[in-house]
Amino acid sequence: MSQHQKPEQQKPQHQKPDSPPPDSPPQKFTTVSGYPIRRLYTGADLAGWEPARSLATPGEPPYTRGIHPAMYREQLWTMRQFAGFGAAADTNARFRYLLSQGQSGLSVAFDLPTLMGYDSDHALAHGEVGKCGVAISSLADMEVLFDHIPLASVTTSMTINSPAAILWAMYLAVADKQGASLQTLSGTLQNDILKEYIAQKEYIFPPEPSLRLVVDTLEFGVRYTPKFNPISISGYHIREAGSTAIQELAFTLRDAIEYVERALRRGLAVDEFAPRLSFFFNAHNDFFEEIAKYRAARRIWNNIMRERFGAQNARSWALRFHAQTAGCSLTAQQPYNNVIRTAVQALAAVMGGTQSLHTNSLDEAWALPTEHAATLALRTQQIIAHETGVTNTADPLGGSYFLETLTNEIEHGACEYIAKIDSLGGMVSAIEQSYPQREIAEAAYQYQLAVDRREKIIVGVNAYTAQQEPLEVLHIDDRVAHHQQVGLRELRANRSGEEVGRRLNSLAHAAAGNENLMPFLYDAVKAYATLGEICDTLRGVFGTYQEVAVT
Amino acid sequence: MTDKKIRVLIAKPGLDGHDRGAKIIARALRDAGMEVIYTGLRQTPEMIAAAAEQEDVDVIGLSILSGAHNTICPELMALLRAKGMTDVAVLVGGIIPDVDIAALKAAGIAGIFLPGTATQEIVDFVRTHVRTRE
Repeated sequence: MSQHQKPEQQKPQHQKPDSPPPDSPPQKFTTVSGYPIRRLYTGADLAGWEPARSLATPGEPPYTRGIHPAMYREQLWTMRQFAGFGAAADTNARFRYLLSQGQSGLSVAFDLPTLMGYDSDHALAHGEVGKCGVAISSLADMEVLFDHIPLASVTTSMTINSPAAILWAMYLAVADKQGASLQTLSGTLQNDILKEYIAQKEYIFPPEPSLRLVVDTLEFGVRYTPKFNPISISGYHIREAGSTAIQELAFTLRDAIEYVERALRRGLAVDEFAPRLSFFFNAHNDFFEEIAKYRAARRIWNNIMRERFGAQNARSWALRFHAQTAGCSLTAQQPYNNVIRTAVQALAAVMGGTQSLHTNSLDEAWALPTEHAATLALRTQQIIAHETGVTNTADPLGGSYFLETLTNEIEHGACEYIAKIDSLGGMVSAIEQSYPQREIAEAAYQYQLAVDRREKIIVGVNAYTAQQEPLEVLHIDDRVAHHQQVGLRELRANRSGEEVGRRLNSLAHAAAGNENLMPFLYDAVKAYATLGEICDTLRGVFGTYQEVAVT
Repeated sequence: MTDKKIRVLIAKPGLDGHDRGAKIIARALRDAGMEVIYTGLRQTPEMIAAAAEQEDVDVIGLSILSGAHNTICPELMALLRAKGMTDVAVLVGGIIPDVDIAALKAAGIAGIFLPGTATQEIVDFVRTHVRTRE
């Protein structure tokens, strides 16, 4: 259903729903990514395979079976629901609600102006304030965001990329004000700029200064926040943009290789920073393809860290990841079907050994989640954790002919892509040649053609369609923008404009040189320089990025 | 009935960078024999209206997933009216709650396409809603 139907166009009740002809099985048997799957898998598919080397045991290289010996018997994955909307106080309330309902970590969704380094009262923020996430224009907003939330004991992940270092500086300032020690403070910063150029498109500055900022955070983290994950190298967004599972895996790991190389170039030792690199993958519909993908990810990363970079610390070899169920698989039609999709996807992530998980809400093809929908999404994880038994043993599907073969094949496919990007001169070079962007656009188009032709069935969309009632969804209106405008006026009136000016000048000077910018950003946010002011200062030095669009 | 190719501008207004749908539609329309110009990201309503005028398009397709449609659409329609471009059909695809649809239609949006729309439906809609122009 695309066009809004008038009442007289509604089908009569009890009409047989539209469905594929019952006697024609699907023509092709492929994963959701289009990867061909055989009728049966046997030991013959694993001829020559050495399980002792390729599989080992959980907690031992190459970590195919998981990064901890006891996995969820010892500790469940973190239930970390992505949340954010409106103003800081609105999101603070949702955070506290979700924590009260048993979620074990926080995850912040910022609005588009914040993601793009604009204050809520900027001209380009018009119509966008608080709509996709929470509006954070200054440390003052950040303080409200974490009101009554002890950062010493609650970990937070922040989905922020171009201005990540600045939002991190605000977070550290709040933690410090609360009396939390930076030495033990834990959390995660997404801060993965390469995938912005490839997929999510929330870039501000060009690649070189952006990578400098990323390495500044890695370096700062090594020195001052050893328990914090300063980066979450992501495939989720690449997959959402339409890539295959193999592309998602390959581009993510190749992005990671680029960051490691840059950090080494800065003079950091690999074992200093690699243990705190973290990853973020999609949990899509094809159950076995996703589990195989996670297992292949761990095996490939172990090999890369040991062979390509010579890392000696086992904590550098073990890939830790967060997973999110696939937003792009949610349908606007029959939204309650999404509860089932999310449950199956979440189960795949758990059976694939994720360290942290977000489950989408049923209404997210329409709007940001209502409290009711967000609660059901959290309960999905809790039911998997406590009622299904899959947590009783590590890597429960290990040894399956199908899964081990698929893991090997996905590993092989990803390594081919990684070698291809190496041959293009690395990931920055590949991006400049639009290579990953074109691969993703092609995969997305082929998938859409398959759906249009009903080679891929989506229940409720191209099969089993039905009339539906509109859903009650969350609305965010322009009161948020007004609230932010008032707040920014007060902020500017109450702070020392001179001090802000001084600190922004110091920042500009440092940005033009080679110093680590984190201390300068920290000083600027503490004086209540706004996000927009800080980003404008950096735009002045770094310039801005213009993408070459490929369709 | 002219056999001149239908000219379509596909635009991403506002700060939203999710361009999967916009790119697919651009390619599908091109494959269906239309001339398609894709503006790229971060277009303001002014930029879109100017591009539409410069490219002399028959149709504008907006891709909006950010919730900013209630601001962007009326602004664009006003700019098109001011330029005398009232014969250009404006379509919107993306995340549009049911309750907003009537207002968008009233503002002059010719078609609204939600997630799950088949590309052929959009191709057909464009073909039937393009007004023959001199």
